[in-house]
Amino acid sequence: MASLKAYIATRALLVIPTVIILLTLVFFILRILPGDPIASMVGQKVPPEVLERLREEAGLNKPIYIQYFEYLFNIIHGNFGRSMIWGKRPVIAEIMDRFPATLELTIFGFILSVLIGVFTGSIAAFKRNSKLDASMRIYSIIAYSLFIPWFGMVLQMIFGVYLKILPIAGRITPGVEPERITTLYVLDSILTLNFQALSSSLIHLFLPSLTLGIVLSGAYTRLVRNNLIDILSQDFITAYRARGVKDRKIALHAMKNAFIPVITLMGLQFAILLAGAVLTETTFSWPGMGTFLLERIQYRDYNSVQGAIVFYALFVALISLIVDVIYALIDPRVRY
Amino acid sequence: MMVAESLASNNKVLKIRNLSTHYFSRRGVLKAVDRVSMDLRKQEFIGIVGESGCGKSTLAFSIMRLIQPPGKIVEGEILFNGKDLLKLKDEEMRRVRGKEIGMVFQDPMTSLDPLEKIGDQIVETIQMHEDVDKKEALEKAMKLLESVGLPGDRVNYYPHQLSGGQRQRVMIALAIALNPTLLIADEPTTALDVIVQEKIMEILEKMKREGRSIILITHDFSLAAEKSDRILIMYAGWIVEMGDSMKLVAEPLHPYTKGLIESVPDIWLARKIKTMPGFPPDLINPPPGCKFHPRCPKAKEICKREEPPLIEVNGRLVKCWLYE
Repeated sequence: MASLKAYIATRALLVIPTVIILLTLVFFILRILPGDPIASMVGQKVPPEVLERLREEAGLNKPIYIQYFEYLFNIIHGNFGRSMIWGKRPVIAEIMDRFPATLELTIFGFILSVLIGVFTGSIAAFKRNSKLDASMRIYSIIAYSLFIPWFGMVLQMIFGVYLKILPIAGRITPGVEPERITTLYVLDSILTLNFQALSSSLIHLFLPSLTLGIVLSGAYTRLVRNNLIDILSQDFITAYRARGVKDRKIALHAMKNAFIPVITLMGLQFAILLAGAVLTETTFSWPGMGTFLLERIQYRDYNSVQGAIVFYALFVALISLIVDVIYALIDPRVRY
Repeated sequence: MMVAESLASNNKVLKIRNLSTHYFSRRGVLKAVDRVSMDLRKQEFIGIVGESGCGKSTLAFSIMRLIQPPGKIVEGEILFNGKDLLKLKDEEMRRVRGKEIGMVFQDPMTSLDPLEKIGDQIVETIQMHEDVDKKEALEKAMKLLESVGLPGDRVNYYPHQLSGGQRQRVMIALAIALNPTLLIADEPTTALDVIVQEKIMEILEKMKREGRSIILITHDFSLAAEKSDRILIMYAGWIVEMGDSMKLVAEPLHPYTKGLIESVPDIWLARKIKTMPGFPPDLINPPPGCKFHPRCPKAKEICKREEPPLIEVNGRLVKCWLYE
């Protein structure tokens, strides 16, 4: 297991240059974009002298490379700065308000996409070349090409407007929020045994995570199907049958084997999942990082956007690390 | 049915009658096993020899009823200890596999589940057929590994940590885990080097001494001649010659058998290797008459027109017009 530790350490160290490169890109792209936080906040009717003074206060008058190195220096010391608009709250506090909402949505969306993908893909593989297989293939293509805002709205129309059984926006019914521990509502309401909050947050989670889950399941459906068909034709499956192992057990062994490439895809898909989450959040007015990021880009709130990007990068790096560890746990050939 | 009667006697573990297994492809019907009849006595070691694609593996898989679509057993009987395997329900057949008939496969590198420990694979097999707890099954697994010449602690290893020869030993341990009366080994040493091959064959011979019947499927004529009591030569889905190993080597009857023996390299180079002309026929459109006639040095006019009968000559069976 020593090699696994070394591996994790290497991976963790690699996160640093990744984040710095990302930050550099975002830093300069934001400044190339027309407009700045001061102009977008105060509007156009303010006299130029006032604008100039405000810019100087915010340090935006310094040469850009000085701004860049100052910012990097602060980040290394864990200082993400303050939001440049409105209340000027620390960026880290704003992110902490929003991040749990995104985490909750992505976790549920992620789990749903894998479950749906593995289920549909397995059915297709076990019933190879049947009508069921063909319909699963069509499902995967449609799911893969769905546009999240459109599909989200369709679900909102069906379940929220016509059937009126599910809420179409928000994280929880206002007023029933659970006591704040992790700010993950589902987890907090379980910890405090607050079942009203639990049901409310699950109901609110349902449509957004289903939207995300279905759209991202398409890739898994195909991958699971093709892998499983490949595994089912391997010698060791015939060998299992020749030893009188029951079909159901053989199916489980086959699925475990077919799951290995799926884990790889899970790591890759996670970044796509976060991008999808931005769209899902705006569609369902979900108060997460996505809506936050979008709003702050519009206001050119440099510090907030940069802070959010660092967070996203760390999050993706952490998830891919976890995925790699799971990979090593399932496949003994990777472990030793 | 004259053949069947001449073969009939007591002590038969396996009786195959008129078995045909066909593959249905877009090009047509491929008769991989074509009306084959054979018997196997208790504690007999039989070698089934033939070139690639002659149907020997299909015959083995048919006995296990492991033929997958587009393949299908279209006719015949497989009587195993008195019951017709082809009439069993799927669940009954599952209980026969592993428990009463064990099978060893050609490629030990791909025949074990890469994600499960050796011990877990053996334990699962045992628990599929016997009501024992995990601890007991694991102890049995260790004993099984020792019986095939591996240290018992290999139960904790994963397949990729073992060599090809070690894995084949594990495959044999798995095949005999439930003490089946019949062991089918499908090219068990083809993927292994010669020294390991000898060790694996020793284990198979030990299995025979312990009272099991063995079917060894191989393309290696000399291996079969050395190890088995009886040899069965297959060509294009037919059994073309069948009889006592010693006699068959000393005096081959079928021209194909002669060709096979002459093509075995001699280590002393005392004689030149003769290769057989031509290739095995396309089984979807086999030649008319005797399927071997285009390659046969002694082909007569009748061979091109009519299928030869299986004839008994000096206590052996041969499917050839030369002996009519």
